[in-house]
Amino acid sequence: MSKLIGYYTTQFGELWEKSLFDLVEEAISGVLKQTSLSNKQIDAVFFGNMLAGVLENNLHSPSKIAEILKVNIPIYRAEAACASGGAAFNLAKTYLDSNSNKNVLVVGAEKMTDYSPEETITGLSAASSGEEQEAGLTFPGLYGMMANYYLEKYHYTEENLAYVSVKNHFHGSLNSKAHFRKKITVKDVLSSPYVAYPLKVLDSSPISDGASAVILTNNRDLIKKQKNSVSVIASELVTDTISLKERKKMDEILATKNAADIAFEKAKISRKDIKVAEVHDCFSIAEILAMEDLGFWEKGTGGNKITELSTMFGNGDSLIVNTSGGLKAAGHPVGATGIKQIGEIFLQLTGQAEKRQVKNAKYGLAHNVGGSGGTAVVTILSS
Amino acid sequence: MIGVISYGFYIPKYRIKTEVIANVWGKNPEDVKKSLMIEEKAVSGIDEDSLTMAFESAFSALSTVAVDRNKIKVVLFGSETHPYAVNPASTILAEFLGIEKNYLAYDTEFACKAATGALISAQALIKSGYSDYALITGSDKGMGKTHDVLEYTAASGSVSLLLGKDDLILEILDFESFSSDTPDFWRREGIRYPSHGGRFTGKPSYFYHIKESARSLFKKTGLLPKDFSFAVFHMPNGKFPVQVAKSLGFLPAQIKDSLTVNYLGNSYTASALMGLMAVLEKAKPDDLIFLCSYGSGAGSDSFALKVTKNILKKRKEFTKIIKDKKNIDYPTYLKFMEMI
Repeated sequence: MSKLIGYYTTQFGELWEKSLFDLVEEAISGVLKQTSLSNKQIDAVFFGNMLAGVLENNLHSPSKIAEILKVNIPIYRAEAACASGGAAFNLAKTYLDSNSNKNVLVVGAEKMTDYSPEETITGLSAASSGEEQEAGLTFPGLYGMMANYYLEKYHYTEENLAYVSVKNHFHGSLNSKAHFRKKITVKDVLSSPYVAYPLKVLDSSPISDGASAVILTNNRDLIKKQKNSVSVIASELVTDTISLKERKKMDEILATKNAADIAFEKAKISRKDIKVAEVHDCFSIAEILAMEDLGFWEKGTGGNKITELSTMFGNGDSLIVNTSGGLKAAGHPVGATGIKQIGEIFLQLTGQAEKRQVKNAKYGLAHNVGGSGGTAVVTILSS
Repeated sequence: MIGVISYGFYIPKYRIKTEVIANVWGKNPEDVKKSLMIEEKAVSGIDEDSLTMAFESAFSALSTVAVDRNKIKVVLFGSETHPYAVNPASTILAEFLGIEKNYLAYDTEFACKAATGALISAQALIKSGYSDYALITGSDKGMGKTHDVLEYTAASGSVSLLLGKDDLILEILDFESFSSDTPDFWRREGIRYPSHGGRFTGKPSYFYHIKESARSLFKKTGLLPKDFSFAVFHMPNGKFPVQVAKSLGFLPAQIKDSLTVNYLGNSYTASALMGLMAVLEKAKPDDLIFLCSYGSGAGSDSFALKVTKNILKKRKEFTKIIKDKKNIDYPTYLKFMEMI
């Protein structure tokens, strides 16, 4: 069984004074310090990053990490758009499944705010299909189409979507590493400018800088020495068509659904056992679809469910979602997001989530999506 | 003591309202106005540029004093929209003003603080004995790309100051400057419109440099914000000067008269100096004025100025002049800015 024994994340936000590899270095040294491991005790590294090759002509990042870490070990970069972090984690877990007594470092990072919005958006659009790019569709456009379809089909309004951002900003206000720590109201969301109808600025996650790292191990002696550890009881990566037009359903991300079904089957637990989850809320509609596709809510009920705010911290003992603030408020440094989600669940299951600590959580789930659903990674952790 | 013996300003007649631009791009005008705190901005005509406006302001500055123009041996022209990339505007300006040829002239460029940098150099040249008088001009036909946030703010205007040693209106008590390599706003050779780093133009750029230069000046002079009757800052929008003034400890009453950006926009090198023009309409003898420019790239110059009794006879009307205006529509704006 692979155990997650440590997590560190940098601040998320507009970190103009730090480069991509400054952030990577901070995350690596932070997690090594926390686990009292030396660089020589790391057997392999998995790096989640999407844009360095596109925005700053920096590929071959594994070699750069070898330079930072001063090691000569296997290091791999995983790229699956916004699921790059989740994919790196999934690969690390797979690596441990086939190698005994190993310690692996998983780091996800992205540097996005040093470039003009046009450059960054163009880079992000590389994660959509060629036809979609040629048609001028951006990710707000793609998720806007999904939102439009969902609202129309199930008779909801933009106000239903707004509750996702209200909840996640409240959670962000409790997380000192979050990009945004300001609470917002439904009125704030509804009066923010449109990005791609019906999605508005405050329905959308930001462009952020940040890096997050975790240490995974199957070394029993090391696990015994660690103060905090959680078990990785499932990590499933599923892919689907990159083009939205090739999907059978517009109100479902099939990759999420399939990954969740397999993950729960392997974890041998039910949805009700999950008390805390980080789900991929790149746009407000994405969290509602995720909650349905993960099997927490019935299809079509999410618009109503979210307005009840039952998944908000402090509102009862049922499942609490996106305590980190989600992508919306914690920020979305693409490659780091999947690792931060898993790290947040680690904090929750080990009682380190401070002001946003959910009580009595034994199981937690992280859900990371690439593109408009071309990749989904579902990870389940157990305390 | 060295200081300002005369001043002149020029604001083109045309204005475009924020809501006119916002409506073209489908933006909520009230959101834009609330965000930038700009009602309208001054737009120069199709036959105007930074040089023609500089002439207007400089001519105004020279016309109200009996100074032998041949004794003006320093002419400095600060702008980020000089009409030529190579060919000084300062010599053309001096020629049209009738200043004889035995003078030092150069154009200065440091984004929006090119003119206050020139002011520091000019006062030093007087102090050194090189010249009895020096003319400095800040003048811009500010360009912003269509659909860029700069389109709401980039404005036109010019301010000229004649510096000397006698019969001063404003004494330059002291100054401080603070600079660093901070690329928040730039325009490369041959590129028509400036680029900028969005929010990067704020905290690490405008706010950081202004606070540092201001605090240096306070430390050097022993003066405190409460000692000044007026504070004037560079005004890239209506919010930044208010925020930076507050963070330095100035009260709203100390800056309200300087906020020309609310109704004239940001005339780049003339922006802070235009605020000074508005303040001089109200300043009384012995008032202290804090003037602080900001130039992207980046740097800030802070000045402690003291108003003399000569203001009473050399004061110029400002409020009345700016009321002489004509609002234009968006196509006319594009035409005047030679965008179509």
